[in-house]
Amino acid sequence: MSFDYLFENWRRVLELTWEHIELSFLALGLALIIAIPIGIAAASWQRLRLPVLVSLGAIYTIPSLAFLALLIPSLGLGRDPALVVLAAYAQLALVRNISSGLTGVDPLLMEAAAGVGMTGSQRFLKVRLPLALPVLIAGLRIASVSTISLASITAWINAGGLGTLLFSGISRNNPSMILAGTVAITILALSVDLIFRGLEILTPAARAGAVGR
Amino acid sequence: MSKHYPGAEIASVNQVSLDVEPGAFVVLLGPSGCGKTTLLKMVNRLIEPSDGRILLDGEDIQSVRASQLRRRIGYVIQQTGLFPHMRVADNISVVPKLLGWKKQEINHRVDELLDLIGLPPSEYRHRYPTQLSGGQQQRVGLARALAVNPSMMLMDEPFGALDAITRSRLQGELLRIHRQLGQTILFVTHDIDEAVRLADLIVVMRAGEIVQSGRPLDIVTNPADAFVSDLVGGGDALRRLGLIDVTSVMRRGEESGSIDHVVSADTDLRQVLDHFLRTGETAVAVQGEDGQADGTVDIETIWEVAAVARERAERP
Repeated sequence: MSFDYLFENWRRVLELTWEHIELSFLALGLALIIAIPIGIAAASWQRLRLPVLVSLGAIYTIPSLAFLALLIPSLGLGRDPALVVLAAYAQLALVRNISSGLTGVDPLLMEAAAGVGMTGSQRFLKVRLPLALPVLIAGLRIASVSTISLASITAWINAGGLGTLLFSGISRNNPSMILAGTVAITILALSVDLIFRGLEILTPAARAGAVGR
Repeated sequence: MSKHYPGAEIASVNQVSLDVEPGAFVVLLGPSGCGKTTLLKMVNRLIEPSDGRILLDGEDIQSVRASQLRRRIGYVIQQTGLFPHMRVADNISVVPKLLGWKKQEINHRVDELLDLIGLPPSEYRHRYPTQLSGGQQQRVGLARALAVNPSMMLMDEPFGALDAITRSRLQGELLRIHRQLGQTILFVTHDIDEAVRLADLIVVMRAGEIVQSGRPLDIVTNPADAFVSDLVGGGDALRRLGLIDVTSVMRRGEESGSIDHVVSADTDLRQVLDHFLRTGETAVAVQGEDGQADGTVDIETIWEVAAVARERAERP
């Protein structure tokens, strides 16, 4: 096992890293489009919350390879089925954090916001959303890291990305190639984690010491 | 007016009618669950009544949008309700911003209010609520409610969570601000001492109904029934004296030249009696905020107050 592959083919690794980022964040974008309305709905109607989270948890338990295989007959190979699977798995973390972040804001504060004369949308934008933001970003961070790691598997159906190095490495019996892929994926996941942690700390609510108490 | 919650056996507020003079300091007093907070919140429509209506300056509050109405009414609650993600200045300027004031106007007003509540602007403008003590937070809450100089203030046990010393100091400052600005204040508390100290008019509530309303002295010396008498600590003559400020019984503007001892306006009769017993003196002068003598209280005054209470207690 050595870093030979990484050093000799760093351009290729960089290319695949970019592909990996593209795939992961496209999937996250798609996931957010679905998760935001579901999360807000689950926050607004408490009765929805449990069934929604249970269903999303059930999706989460489907083995990823099986999920990908199931989609081949309808969506074929490549990026499209990969996006569907990644977006589906990201739902649990996103919806859970969106709904708990929004409902976690002290009801007394929301009443105070109404009491000073904010309209419904002002209460949401000026009070509820900023106070929920650290929790929302935490959800995004967890979803991003797990999507990046899961996006290695989707190379199995030719979705591209750093997983390509893993699968080629296995089939060609090339441990150096597998190592290169692993290192790149780990660095990518760690950096994204770090960036989102930074964003969490920078939110006004976190700076004011208003969360985590 | 009334508020009846679905499923509740009795109404939270039952056919209450109350007329408040502009500029009056009205305290709603009663045990928890008596409906005082519900009544208060119906004024800024955080709770909508089941029945009845409220007129503010002769105008039915249902005729304006709730958010518009609330911007005209200051609102202070016990746990401060300050927005933790906003700095002190942003918290205070919430309502001016909603009303579209100019930035310069807002900045000026924030400094003015911080001065008014005794927090130097240069030091406190940019702090977050978590960087303030409980008393300071409540001061900021008061400043926020005063921001657009509302003619009406609603205060829901604003000092309930503070320690005794801070509470007493803030009560004094609230009185000063009320004297200075003259808003109408509706103030909810379950603390009789607080009510007596602050109120022009005390409204005692129980089980959604008004049991008695009157000047603090009337309530203390003339409780309408056993409930009110229990609430004000009736039967304990000394305690009752402790509830009465010198200003409510003093002889105003009387010559005080021969009196040695001067007390401040927030001294109560129990303290005065204590002074008489310790020193053998029989009169004190009351000094107002401006440093001038406002009136006198002598031992006769205290006998008179005690006699009224005795008479009341002896009646079957």
